[in-house]
Amino acid sequence: MGTLNKLIQNRFAMICIIFLVTVVLTGFFAPWLAPHNPVDVNVKEKLAGISTTYPMGTDQLGRCILSRLLYGIRTTVLIAFITMAATIIIGTLIGGIAGLFRGKIDEIIMRICDIFMSFPSEVMILAIIGMMGPGITNIIIASIIAKWAWYTRMIRSIVIKYTDKNYIQFARVSGFSRWHIFRKHIMPNATGEIAVLATLDIGSVILMISALSFLGLGVQAPTPEWGMMLSEAKNVMIIHPGLMLPPGIAILFVVAAFNFLGDSLQDAYNVKHRKRWR
Amino acid sequence: MKRYIIKRLLSVIPLLIGISFLAFILINLSESDPAEVALRVNEITPTDEAVAQMREELGLDKSFIERYLTWVTSSIKGDFGNSFINNKPVINEIVQALPATLLLALVSFIIIVVISVSASIICTIFEESWIDRTIRGLVFIGEAMPGYWIGLLLMWFFSIKLNLLPTSGMTSWASVILPGVTLALAYISTYVRLLRNNMVQNKSENFVLYAKARGMKKRIILKRIFKNSLQTTITALGMSIPKLIAGTVIVENIFAWPGIGRLSVAAIFNYDYPVIQAYVFLMAVLFVACNLLVDIVTAMLDPRMRKEV
Repeated sequence: MGTLNKLIQNRFAMICIIFLVTVVLTGFFAPWLAPHNPVDVNVKEKLAGISTTYPMGTDQLGRCILSRLLYGIRTTVLIAFITMAATIIIGTLIGGIAGLFRGKIDEIIMRICDIFMSFPSEVMILAIIGMMGPGITNIIIASIIAKWAWYTRMIRSIVIKYTDKNYIQFARVSGFSRWHIFRKHIMPNATGEIAVLATLDIGSVILMISALSFLGLGVQAPTPEWGMMLSEAKNVMIIHPGLMLPPGIAILFVVAAFNFLGDSLQDAYNVKHRKRWR
Repeated sequence: MKRYIIKRLLSVIPLLIGISFLAFILINLSESDPAEVALRVNEITPTDEAVAQMREELGLDKSFIERYLTWVTSSIKGDFGNSFINNKPVINEIVQALPATLLLALVSFIIIVVISVSASIICTIFEESWIDRTIRGLVFIGEAMPGYWIGLLLMWFFSIKLNLLPTSGMTSWASVILPGVTLALAYISTYVRLLRNNMVQNKSENFVLYAKARGMKKRIILKRIFKNSLQTTITALGMSIPKLIAGTVIVENIFAWPGIGRLSVAAIFNYDYPVIQAYVFLMAVLFVACNLLVDIVTAMLDPRMRKEV
């Protein structure tokens, strides 16, 4: 467990883990923690300052900002997790097939990946949302379609790297099935590397989801979401610029924590040059 | 070299066919009937007759392959059909909006190159000093900051608080500053990180040790390190050009910049399928073209790269 020890010794990485776990738990327990209902409109109290009833003040419709921020974790972080999990599962399945069977199947899968990767991911996502219409489900589907090819490729190369190892060759000669080898010998080794990829990328998924919601293409009102809170803050920027701070800082901290954790994991696993050019 | 270029050019053909097919399929992916949408956005009640007539007009009654072939042949000629909204040719709208986007992308590209090259050189000279650490810290924060948030903060500070620059639109030369900087900031962190790490790595190479042993001047050694680190950067920069143009979507919407990013988002809200389709297709072609160009340039610079493909 050398890699785990390395990670524990990295104090800042541990702080990131504790922070992220706290964020996820806060999102989970948001109904108990939030002082108000995040969609309750109270026009009398609109744009109120910091007070004991409204710890972070209220927005242009008199909704409690702290409550919206806490409920926003549920939307943003949950969507990011779902997207990531689905992408990894698809990438592992298809990449695993390509890496294990090689030959023609591999060739065909790789060419399809080439085509998908020739679209910049931003354009791909816009195209799919353009055709299917804005909404939460559609941004998740769009992100998966935009991302699966890259993951399939990375996971294929990880699988191929292991199939060349002697112990895999030995297992093969001993007559074990491909599926058995994949499950028992390749996956346990590859999981760590795949986890590194996912942690490095989840920050960018969060940024993308909030950007789409900011444009009005993702999460729809009145569901609280950080990117949408920023877009609402933009409209009252002149009279109340302070509204821009809470959602922006929330995104910054969560994404920074994921990125740092990803980098530390990468160091711990000694995986090099896997970072995607964002 | 000639052989390499020809081979590389040929490899693009299947890719282009795939892209055009994908861009075409997307329109068939939508749940709503394009003919009905075309009628609705023009506020015509979609009766069965009207829908049937519109289907014929849009050529939707023909088979899938037939429609694909007509679409591809007319797209090659630059005819992407007419917009559902104002019935003008899509290509005209795109050509009208393109210069604004290109100007924005060019300005940010210059900012990116100037800042990332100088910051990485400073970091390499003063490796592990406070200045290197500060720049790396800023890069780390920059990577985690949402680009549109930076844009809003800049807009608030420079246009509203200080009243120095116009908030939005394209009114004077100063209008390009804020969107240009916002767009550039999103990419600078990536390039500083890439170029700095590359240069620092090259610092411990043997040719540097040899140059030091020969007693060469620091400046000349630095120049050699820089030259050797350029290749990865050129690849990444080349790939960033289409990404920059695609990435203008958010910035153009914040600053009401009249470019193709804004056009495409407006098209999404209006269900204007021909515009979306043309945008997607052109972006993908641009991406492939830049990719090709970068590969050829790197192959020219470094013969070792020619073996692949």
